[in-house]
Amino acid sequence: MTDDASPSTSCLHRLDTVAAARRTPEQPQPWSGLGLKRNEYDRIREILGRRPTSSELAMYSVMWSEHCSYKSSKVHLAKFGDLPQETPLGKTLAGIGENAGVIDVGQGYAATFKVESHNHPSYVEPYQGAATGVGGIVRDILAMGARPVAVMDPLRFGPLDAPDTARVMPGIVAGVGGYGNCLGLPNIGGEVVFDETYVGNPLVNALCVGVLRHEQLHTAHASGTGNLVVLYGARTGGDGIGGVSVLASETFERTGPSRRPSVQVGDPFMEKLLIECTLELFAAGAVTGIQDLGGAGLSCATSELASAGDGGMHVALDTVPLRDSSLSPEEILMSESQERMMAVVEPQHVDRCMATCAKWEVEAVVIGEVTDGDHLVIDWHGERIVDVPPRSVAHDGPVYQRPYTRPEWQDALQADTAAPLPRPTDVHATLVQMVASPNLADKSWVTDQYDRYVRGDTVLAQPDDAGVVRVDAASGLGVAVATDCNGRFAKLDPYAGAQLALAEAYRNVAVTGALPLAVTDCLNFGSPEDPGVMWQFERATLGLYDGCEALGIPVTGGNVSFYNQTGAVAILPTPVVGVLGVINDVARRIPSGFSCVGQRVLLLGTTREELDGSTWAQVAHGHLGGLPPQVDLAAEQALATVMVAACRDALVASAHDLSDGGLAQALVECCLRRDLGVRVQLDGDPFVQLFSESTARALIAVTASHEEAFTELCRDHGVPVRVLGEVTGDASLVVKGVLDVPLAELRSAWSATIPAAMAH
Amino acid sequence: MKVGVVTFPGSLDDVDAARAVTLAGGEAVPLWHGDHDLRGVDAVVLPGGFSYGDYLRCGAIARFAAVMTEVIVAAGRGMPVLGICNGFQILCESHLLPGALIRNDHRRFVCKDQRLRIENVATAWTSVYEPGAEITIVLKNGEGGYVADQSTLDALEGEGRVVARYLDGNPNGSAREIAGIVNAAGNVVGLMPHPEHCVEELTGPGTDGLPFFASVLSTLAAR
Repeated sequence: MTDDASPSTSCLHRLDTVAAARRTPEQPQPWSGLGLKRNEYDRIREILGRRPTSSELAMYSVMWSEHCSYKSSKVHLAKFGDLPQETPLGKTLAGIGENAGVIDVGQGYAATFKVESHNHPSYVEPYQGAATGVGGIVRDILAMGARPVAVMDPLRFGPLDAPDTARVMPGIVAGVGGYGNCLGLPNIGGEVVFDETYVGNPLVNALCVGVLRHEQLHTAHASGTGNLVVLYGARTGGDGIGGVSVLASETFERTGPSRRPSVQVGDPFMEKLLIECTLELFAAGAVTGIQDLGGAGLSCATSELASAGDGGMHVALDTVPLRDSSLSPEEILMSESQERMMAVVEPQHVDRCMATCAKWEVEAVVIGEVTDGDHLVIDWHGERIVDVPPRSVAHDGPVYQRPYTRPEWQDALQADTAAPLPRPTDVHATLVQMVASPNLADKSWVTDQYDRYVRGDTVLAQPDDAGVVRVDAASGLGVAVATDCNGRFAKLDPYAGAQLALAEAYRNVAVTGALPLAVTDCLNFGSPEDPGVMWQFERATLGLYDGCEALGIPVTGGNVSFYNQTGAVAILPTPVVGVLGVINDVARRIPSGFSCVGQRVLLLGTTREELDGSTWAQVAHGHLGGLPPQVDLAAEQALATVMVAACRDALVASAHDLSDGGLAQALVECCLRRDLGVRVQLDGDPFVQLFSESTARALIAVTASHEEAFTELCRDHGVPVRVLGEVTGDASLVVKGVLDVPLAELRSAWSATIPAAMAH
Repeated sequence: MKVGVVTFPGSLDDVDAARAVTLAGGEAVPLWHGDHDLRGVDAVVLPGGFSYGDYLRCGAIARFAAVMTEVIVAAGRGMPVLGICNGFQILCESHLLPGALIRNDHRRFVCKDQRLRIENVATAWTSVYEPGAEITIVLKNGEGGYVADQSTLDALEGEGRVVARYLDGNPNGSAREIAGIVNAAGNVVGLMPHPEHCVEELTGPGTDGLPFFASVLSTLAAR
């Protein structure tokens, strides 16, 4: 994981100061090696009225990177800010622009949640890449004043049998588990998806949910002249430093292999201490503003805190505790060492702050103070090395209108429908082949490596449709979260694909009985320099925007990951959508599996012949083409209304969302939860009924005594409902006249696939 | 009855253990690793987690915490002590229990609902179970493989000091499917699975873990 440039050593490094920058305006600077474009470098000179110092150049280069500045995506993301910042329960408490969105969930409680990507590091070093992905999102949630209460991990890999999947998947799963388990956060859901476009581009998205009382809300701002800036947590080391070493070597316009940032190394034990210590600081009222250190490290934390405040900031960089005393100031500013936080503390609270940190054995140092100026000023052993308007670093980065055009292959792809594909002659064999396929197979090889029980508030976790966590034991208040995306649908139509991801996550929350409230997104795409990819991105963001507007829920935050592509081949456009909902009494949450013999089995929603992009087309024919299933957000909303009411009135015993694999997969999963059989009768073409992936559908089990009331509820809201059959004590899945498959056969096919692939 | 729950740096299941004590009808008292003080408790739980990040060896650093000096003395005088998962590892490192816990034989962390048989109901922490009771409680560990030399294992078996044994397959490679053991005096129990996650129908695979906490309250009441 070493950079290709030789490591710098401070003894060889000549300090570049603001005074020196004024004296030597024409000194060549390695802006290109740091990833800046000529016009970006010129802009920095214009802002400062001189050349930047090497430390300033380091800060601008990381903060103006795609990762931190969203320079390619900003123009498309801006529209999410136009959505009413209101959930069905009222105004959001914090939205886009903060570390994470915060929404009111009632009873004086608020929830905060966000999903982020850690894709590239996880390809380079699967364990640490995935681990630090979890660590980073947890600190974002903590920085809002919330106690992190759960995590989720949407993961995507190349084909299960690809050699590189055998390298990255065990490492990524162990990294997610190794970090989250050691933090004491239950992992309550997520996704595991395989597709050939993810070879060389695995996606590791990490979501964290936090809970706080309204009055505990904290934000990242540095205000109050004379307030002190405290850096606490792990020491700063040389990990996660990207191209900065070219600064020390002072070569200019180097050519050579592209540099990948070295991967940070996580210490979940330190993060656990950081969580408890920070929550105690909040409770003591000792903190005025807070920011976590993630991407771009101190460059980001100092410039963002200062630009969000009402004054300036002065930092003595030589007071930063170091793990490696040879680090240069530029490296310290760019280091992405994990498990660090920065707090703004009033002088009278500093002793208390230090005592709390000492109690948790967390190192803490005052590194600076809030000033009455409007500049961020950083000194190194008394010499000025940074003097910048902080906003210009944190927020005034370049904005690009990348060209986008509909790929010329899109029409041909959409014309190539699944209609001519041969239908199965042996439905039994097809069903078994489907349940054993990697995307539909049992994922417990993955999820059994995650602690889902810690903290004792997990009410539902995978394989249920959404994770549900109890927030208040006395009242039973809880939150539900689900993440979804079908990248195959998004490839066929990125606008509809984003809405289908939204619809599925929304539905998954609703079928547990929770009211969906808000959205976070992780937009994983190929290179923004490819106009076709940019078109996918533009369509997906617009689809998500329109979908959220129709459903009346805001996007409260998220993340963009570009450059997920190998050569000319981009990943499937993968706009992962997370939805958070609230449930007033977790004791009434609706699980997904059949639970009792004799329960009546109902299907809600409309089944159309929609097989384009389906799992059947993939598994049986390796086919992807046509148009994705119809989006019907009004039907999704009606279904959600029914499910929330059914939860409140305790009308249904179980509910399972229909998505990948259609009704067939839903029946199998509902049966296998408790080894209960089912006997159903289908109208129309049984193949279409079983394998179509029409949306806005759910499979429900009700006790006979509640069937009438529930059916009436559905009718009242215009949700089509059809009785399919009932839960049986026979250990088989029976579709009259079509199928009679022993559950044992289904279970062995379903559960063997992933362990067998990982056994090598 | 006061049951202390120790928080070490990196303890995770301390809130769960305290909740379990409360649900069983006891008073949970938080104990801090750095204090030479058991705050007048009648029994102690060393909860699960990753004390000191499991660095060096699971439980090896926590064993030297100030509070452990007091726990070791109190255990010697007969105070009931239950170590769960990381707590079991700390008890072994403290030599309050024999043997050690090593990385799972399959080398992965495992979290699952595990069947167990309670083999000994004469301990302070299992007295209200029926002899031979078969229960389901949460198992979650990365280093849960119980090992000891043959003579120690034979002695544990011979003296009936195996408290619980895994059923339906060995989840971590533990010698003789051992899930939990007790000291010779019957007051110090180490258990790899997590009964504190099985005290409410809503949040775990049932309530089969609650009798561990009910047992200690009953044992203390009988004294």
